Amino acid sequence: MSAVITASGLTKRYKSALALDNVSFQIAPGRIVGLIGPNGAGKTTALKAILGLTDFTGDLNVLGFDPRKQRGKLMGDVCFIADVAVLPRWIRVHEVVDFVANVHPRFDRAKCEAFLARTKLTPNQRVRQMSKGMIVQLHLALVMAIDAKLLILDEPTLGLDILYRKQFYQHLLEDYFDENKTIIVTTHQVEEVEHILTDLMFIRDGKIVLDADMDAVGDRFIEVMVGADKADTARALKPLDERQVFGKSIFLFDGANRAALEQLGETRRPSISDLFVATMKGTYA
Amino acid sequence: MKTSAWKTMYWLVKREFWEHRGGFFWAPIITGGVFLLLNIMGIIAAEVIGAQHGINFGASGGLRHVIAEMDTGDLSKVGFALDMAMYSAMGLLIVVLGFVVFFYCLSALYDDRRDRSILFWKSLPISDTSTVLSKIISATMLAPIVAVVTGIIVGMLQLLILAVTLSFHGVNVWQLLVLAHPFRVMANLIGYIPLYVLWALPSVGWLLLCSAWARNKPFLWAVALPVATGLLVSWFGIMGLFDLPTIWFWKNIVQRGLFSVFPGTGSVFGHQGDIAVTGNQGMDFMDLGNTYQLLASANLWIGVAVGLGLLAGAIWFRRWRDDS
Repeated sequence: MSAVITASGLTKRYKSALALDNVSFQIAPGRIVGLIGPNGAGKTTALKAILGLTDFTGDLNVLGFDPRKQRGKLMGDVCFIADVAVLPRWIRVHEVVDFVANVHPRFDRAKCEAFLARTKLTPNQRVRQMSKGMIVQLHLALVMAIDAKLLILDEPTLGLDILYRKQFYQHLLEDYFDENKTIIVTTHQVEEVEHILTDLMFIRDGKIVLDADMDAVGDRFIEVMVGADKADTARALKPLDERQVFGKSIFLFDGANRAALEQLGETRRPSISDLFVATMKGTYA
Repeated sequence: MKTSAWKTMYWLVKREFWEHRGGFFWAPIITGGVFLLLNIMGIIAAEVIGAQHGINFGASGGLRHVIAEMDTGDLSKVGFALDMAMYSAMGLLIVVLGFVVFFYCLSALYDDRRDRSILFWKSLPISDTSTVLSKIISATMLAPIVAVVTGIIVGMLQLLILAVTLSFHGVNVWQLLVLAHPFRVMANLIGYIPLYVLWALPSVGWLLLCSAWARNKPFLWAVALPVATGLLVSWFGIMGLFDLPTIWFWKNIVQRGLFSVFPGTGSVFGHQGDIAVTGNQGMDFMDLGNTYQLLASANLWIGVAVGLGLLAGAIWFRRWRDDS
């Protein structure tokens, strides 16, 4: 099956800074891609380019459309939730459901109402009367009822408590995702998405610094816990990162020989957050 | 399920109505209510004062005789007066409508950028052209239609109140009411709306353009830009280069660009004075044959062309401006 998104040479320059620097990547259908980067790395700009919300140079093909020229058509197949607070505050639940039902050709009203029935939302409630968590429930109910091919989530759980955050990803996986859909998610709460991602992309200063599927990440990056006696040997192997825990050193290696590392100490797959911190070292310095 | 363009437009306009129920619906209703209330208070005050001074002009049957002795010319004047009573209700509503449309246009493409809900609207498969079009329709058709319907109902009630008041004085009201032309008044008011659409276009275009373009304070930009330009033009006497008086700029650029959303300004300022308000006996100044003479003025059509250009600009900015 052909790629959902193909980007090559994507560049976006704001007045003062380069937000995207000659970025190229491909995203295949049926994947859940985590686009992870520090603040100001260009995540949101990349998403906006994909959604046709911003201009850029380079080639970008999303579901066969050029987002710059065919945005109206593209949005029939793409959904997005751009953080929690973007539903208009004046609108009521029944109004927004009516509206989307009548303007979106792929919206399934019964499905949306079934999702809403699982929440405490009432039809006459206005968005301004809702908590952040409830707004997200409403937005998610709307989006999950749309049979889109690509779902883009930009910090979808920012500012939510842990109950809502867990519920959000759980619903997404259980009731929405299948092999015909693709999800791109950016978030800082890496721990929460790490188990649902199939692909990982790190972005830093407008460049993609890591683009791999999760299996490859597991093969490539190895963390090893080394006692003080063998620490120097480990250092000689040029680790990506080193940190101290309980008098032992934890080294993170990129593409090192697994057998050699196993002789130094206990090896394991690094968490995405540790990998992220190691990769982004010095970003704000 | 396929959604047609018409259906989408219907729902887009409905969406505008939901958001601006206060301006589009309640403002005319409340204005009409206040208008009727003031009238009733005026009538009561007049009755009280009349009673205090022993004036009762109905009791002697004097008024009845006056009516009975009127000839056809006098009767048509009474009809005209009653029509005017109906229009008078509309007068206040028109001022309110002007303000509503002015501020609606200024906020229409700005508020959702400020509160970031534009990111939700843009996540739906709706083109920016349709979005802007729905705002134009809401401003130039939906709002005036609600105002006119309210105006007609208020006008009818106004006639009824007058009639009832007179009947307390022994005057047969229905005889008088048939002299009025409520349906002609209605037709004139409703028929004026398409003319209003054309006349208001440059203003609507300018305000929507500012609304789509300004990163903040669209009101300031929309007003300050033409006024500052006007001051510069006046200061340096630039209009002299085109052999035109400075007032030309103020009248045709500043005033036309900002205030054409006020209904009736077309009929008042539109022609250069060569089309006199027909002083025909009892002739309805709102008669469509009269008001539509505006179609013959270049002012209107130049405005339409400029308005369309400004709206194209508004659509372009709507396409590329985001929440930042």
